Amino acid sequence: MSHSETHPQVSYLEYQGKYKGILGWLTTTDHKRIALLYMYCIVVFFFVAAILGLTMSIEKMRPGQDIMNAQTYNGLFTVHGIIMIFMIVIPGLAAVFGNFALPLLIGARDVAFPKLNLFSWYLYVIGAILAVLSQLLKGGAPDTGWTFYVPYSAGSSTNVIWALTAAFILGFSNILTGLNFIVTIHRMRAPGMTWFKMPLFPWSLYATAWIQVLATPIVGITLLMVIAERVLHIGFFDPALGGDPVLFQHLFWIYSHPAVYIMILPAMGVITEIFPTFSQKPVFGYGAIAISSLAIAFVGYFVWGHHMFTSGISYWSKWFFSFLTFIVAVPSAIKVFNWISTMYGGSIQMRPPLLYAISFVFLFMIGGFTGLFLGALATNVQLHDTTFVVAHFHYIIFGGMGFAFFAAIHYWYPKMYGKMYSDRWAYIAWGFTFVGFNLLYFPQFIIGVQGMPRRYFDYLPQFQWGHMLSGFGAFILLIGLILMAWNLIYHVKRGAIAPANPWKGVTLEWQIASPPTLENFEEIPVIKHNPYWFGTEEEIKREKKSVTRNT
Amino acid sequence: MSTEKHHISTYMSHGVVLTILLALTALSVGMAELHFGAFSVAVALLVASVKGTTVLTYFMHLKYESMFTRIMVGGVFVIYVLVIVLLFFDYLFR
Ligand SMILES: [Cu+2]
Repeated sequence: MSHSETHPQVSYLEYQGKYKGILGWLTTTDHKRIALLYMYCIVVFFFVAAILGLTMSIEKMRPGQDIMNAQTYNGLFTVHGIIMIFMIVIPGLAAVFGNFALPLLIGARDVAFPKLNLFSWYLYVIGAILAVLSQLLKGGAPDTGWTFYVPYSAGSSTNVIWALTAAFILGFSNILTGLNFIVTIHRMRAPGMTWFKMPLFPWSLYATAWIQVLATPIVGITLLMVIAERVLHIGFFDPALGGDPVLFQHLFWIYSHPAVYIMILPAMGVITEIFPTFSQKPVFGYGAIAISSLAIAFVGYFVWGHHMFTSGISYWSKWFFSFLTFIVAVPSAIKVFNWISTMYGGSIQMRPPLLYAISFVFLFMIGGFTGLFLGALATNVQLHDTTFVVAHFHYIIFGGMGFAFFAAIHYWYPKMYGKMYSDRWAYIAWGFTFVGFNLLYFPQFIIGVQGMPRRYFDYLPQFQWGHMLSGFGAFILLIGLILMAWNLIYHVKRGAIAPANPWKGVTLEWQIASPPTLENFEEIPVIKHNPYWFGTEEEIKREKKSVTRNT
Repeated sequence: MSTEKHHISTYMSHGVVLTILLALTALSVGMAELHFGAFSVAVALLVASVKGTTVLTYFMHLKYESMFTRIMVGGVFVIYVLVIVLLFFDYLFR
């Protein structure tokens, strides 16, 4: 390549195209830079939404009104939900680590449509700006909850339309990223990389991308219908106009349940990359993990009704959705068994990425099992709309996707910045995060079973102990998050230089420089082995000889 | 993978597909005049499906793609049908 010959050593961070500095970043079509653009936005929004969450916890540490009134509280949980769901967890892993690692893992120089990739990021920013505006404009922050349930959302006088439009645009950003990844995976794999020689993070991104492309338009059109209902008074959902509010819940959850898999599948993919590297052992059950990603994506389409067991859907629908919800637990369990088996008999190095990965499995299991309580019809009636549900999905979304995000950033950080963070501070931050997280959410399972409703501003005194513990947990968690962020940000400049392959990984991204050059690979590699092939030293030497002879 | 061959369609085949699509459009307009009652939507959807399939097969090159791509695109329609069935299943038994 003439390109890499003229700039032999320049990394993508130092590479200078047409524009300098910030403009160079804003006009970049490099998948690695776009990944970082997404990451910086997501981290900033994450801290904003986390602080909103913290203020809700503080408010609830004592019954009655303390630091805010009820309307503010309604606005806060809505804003917290919209930011966290639409701006962080849904794009999170795919847009950040998918963008960064997918081309590296499949031996490509970029994604299939680099300009479209940049356009997706701009759509994301526009959506994010609208979401922020919806909080600040006069009319007041939307108070419908992130689910926008009709008929309330059709009538609420707050800035619901702004928030709906924001979610609509963020959805398009998501669809385009998915489309990009599908084409990239179909067309740009390195020669010799058949489907079943592809690493498992790309497999999970592939399953995710299909959900992004297929399911997101449904919520898009549904949100438009709510806007039409508010502006033009067309009766889709509002019974006062002759509509059916349950239809809204159907359409909303037809997207929003698969959306849970948009966030958790890439999380599982990241974890699947980490376990073999830190066990120095091929992943156990490669085929089962690959296929179970597709199975989760497929079955995940048909379980949406479990959000509606108390909404008056038909008896047989309830029965069917409950049954399918239990079925979808099977492929998830297959993955968990395979991760554990990957570690079994390996030479395990408990470095920070593995610590976060193991925490992911632990927290995801708690989230998953409590999901079965909610999937069962009888217990669902008791637990519906209690803090049990809140605890459950925070264990899945934060304990699952969030901890996978932390695992991923600790895993690929040396590749991203060419620097090492401090392992010691990473362990300390993990300790605070893990303890704080469990202290924050576990009590909510218990008070939820006892009858504490979710989204309530005030409560009976017998629930106070749970809210009190949650409040302390929230503070500890935030300390952990700040320590983690500090450790990572500080060492971008001051960290020790990272070698090309600090973890002795065998996938393609570890065979190139840290940080990679603009075009990733000087020469596109030819794939001969399973991606998790840990050859003995002699085997690798022999392999290298034959490669040099061929070229 | 870069080893895959690219199929180049002829103007002839594009022309034939275009003619078929226009004919089907005329057909669906004509059908509206015939008043099938309760079945009019079903008939319109049927014609639209034939048109969609033609576009996917020829204009979007599905005919010349690998089996895997075809299965994935086919799967999309399976999912779509199942979602519709499940949705109306609720309304039917309510
Ligand atoms: Cu669900």
